[in-house]
Amino acid sequence: MNAKEHLAEMDIRSDFPILDQTIGGQPLVYLDNAATTQKPRAVIAAISNYYLHDNANVHRGAHALADRATRDFEAARESLRALINARTSSEVIFTRGTTESINLVANGLTQQFKPGDEILITLLEHHANIVPWQMLAARTGAVLKACEITQSGDIDMESFRACLSPRTRLVAVGHVSNALGTINPIAEMIALAHDAGALVLIDGAQAIAHLPVNVQDLNCDFYAFSGHKMFGPTGIGVLYGKETLLDAMPPWQGGGEMIERVTIESSTWNSLPYKFEAGTPNMAGAVGLGAAVRYIAGLPREALLMAEDTLVQRTVSGLKQIAGVRLVGEPEHRLSAVSFLVDNSHPNDIGTLLDQQGIAVRTGHHCTMPLMARLGVPGTVRASFSLYNSQDDVDSLLRGVDKALTFL
Amino acid sequence: MTTNLADIREAFSFFDSWEDKYRFVIDLGRELKIMPEADKTEANLVRGCQSQVWITSSVDSASGNLHFALDSDAHIVRGLIAIVLAAYEGRTPEQIVAFDIDGLFEELALLQHLSPTRGNGLRAMVAKIRDTAAQQMGT
Repeated sequence: MNAKEHLAEMDIRSDFPILDQTIGGQPLVYLDNAATTQKPRAVIAAISNYYLHDNANVHRGAHALADRATRDFEAARESLRALINARTSSEVIFTRGTTESINLVANGLTQQFKPGDEILITLLEHHANIVPWQMLAARTGAVLKACEITQSGDIDMESFRACLSPRTRLVAVGHVSNALGTINPIAEMIALAHDAGALVLIDGAQAIAHLPVNVQDLNCDFYAFSGHKMFGPTGIGVLYGKETLLDAMPPWQGGGEMIERVTIESSTWNSLPYKFEAGTPNMAGAVGLGAAVRYIAGLPREALLMAEDTLVQRTVSGLKQIAGVRLVGEPEHRLSAVSFLVDNSHPNDIGTLLDQQGIAVRTGHHCTMPLMARLGVPGTVRASFSLYNSQDDVDSLLRGVDKALTFL
Repeated sequence: MTTNLADIREAFSFFDSWEDKYRFVIDLGRELKIMPEADKTEANLVRGCQSQVWITSSVDSASGNLHFALDSDAHIVRGLIAIVLAAYEGRTPEQIVAFDIDGLFEELALLQHLSPTRGNGLRAMVAKIRDTAAQQMGT
């Protein structure tokens, strides 16, 4: 049996009960995976089991439920450590998601930034990897710079090199562009940034569900991602950071759990990772995310990535054959997402007409307004694929776009 | 030229497919008067995450009735705007505030377009029209 037959045999789609429904009488075609992924039964069951059998506040109670909840919570952290190959689980901080992870770093670095220090991002970034740095710059007098992209939607590496300077203290870049699907050359960028003496944060939101991530090999200083984009629940995510860097950062939220000792006058901080996890954490979320990691680990990821790429390429070539359709971004290496526009229409029109056909895509600026401005488009229609999508989904999309064109 | 609300209601009662309905909505949008570029200012813009709408309003000093000009960069939103205009254009502030726009969109099975999650600017535009009317009542 070859890899393709093996995947067909596995029937991954049936692991995701939500996909088995109709919208306005037509089967749901879910192509909004870059916004959020659907959840397999294993994740839904883990969350349900947690509340049915194990719920208690972690790290606190001296009773059986608290022990079980703490064990499951910490087991989830360990699963995540293994997923990204962090050196130790104390480098894995639970957050609400990528956005909170990036904000945590931006806040934690405040005292290390001086006026004139530079933060370097790219024009491809999601607002979550722009705005926290603008706020850091405003607090400290640092300067935020964005390196250029090419016409194809790749990072202009000449521009990136030129933007790096001895004043660059931090480089923040997405692993994969949410709007265009560009896979960025982060290994090279991390090395260049380190040569310039800068720290590097990678926004891994769009990569983590698809690509193997090894933070030690990458040698990134921080890696941020969300659970809900990798088949886990919403409201839980991860900040990976190198232990020495996390140790050097002050906590950014105060409360229970994150302290070692409190008097009315002052407090001392708990050790990593708890120093950054004030208050009762999203325990069910963490348990659900742990189940998502185990689910992914049980799949033939390389074969799935190849199958997904086949769908993406089929979409790209299919859209190119439709007169009046223009691709937005044709990056050298693309992952999951395909952005396009239809002549004489707004992305919102196409999104609405596809929705009427049961096809879920995202339209708009995708929280990348500087990128849209640079490309001179009001927004795009974006189809984004995941491991449960099929060739039928691609064909439905292409037929749907064809049909939408007859309205406009 | 504003399409009559009764005509819209009647047309919708005959549609038995989404295709007919959306073709009609898009046609309504095509008939909508285009706002002069000079009026498409930042001040008149209601920003949506997905599409944008512009709105200008004026008061007829004799009758006190309100007049609106609306436009959007998306075809379907323009059509939806034409329906909103049919409900509000040339009415008194009291009529505008009293009008059940959600009820109308529900009746036409277009309510999802008024939902805040659609981010097409339509809901914010309706709020602006109602605010304008409420302010007028207060003067």
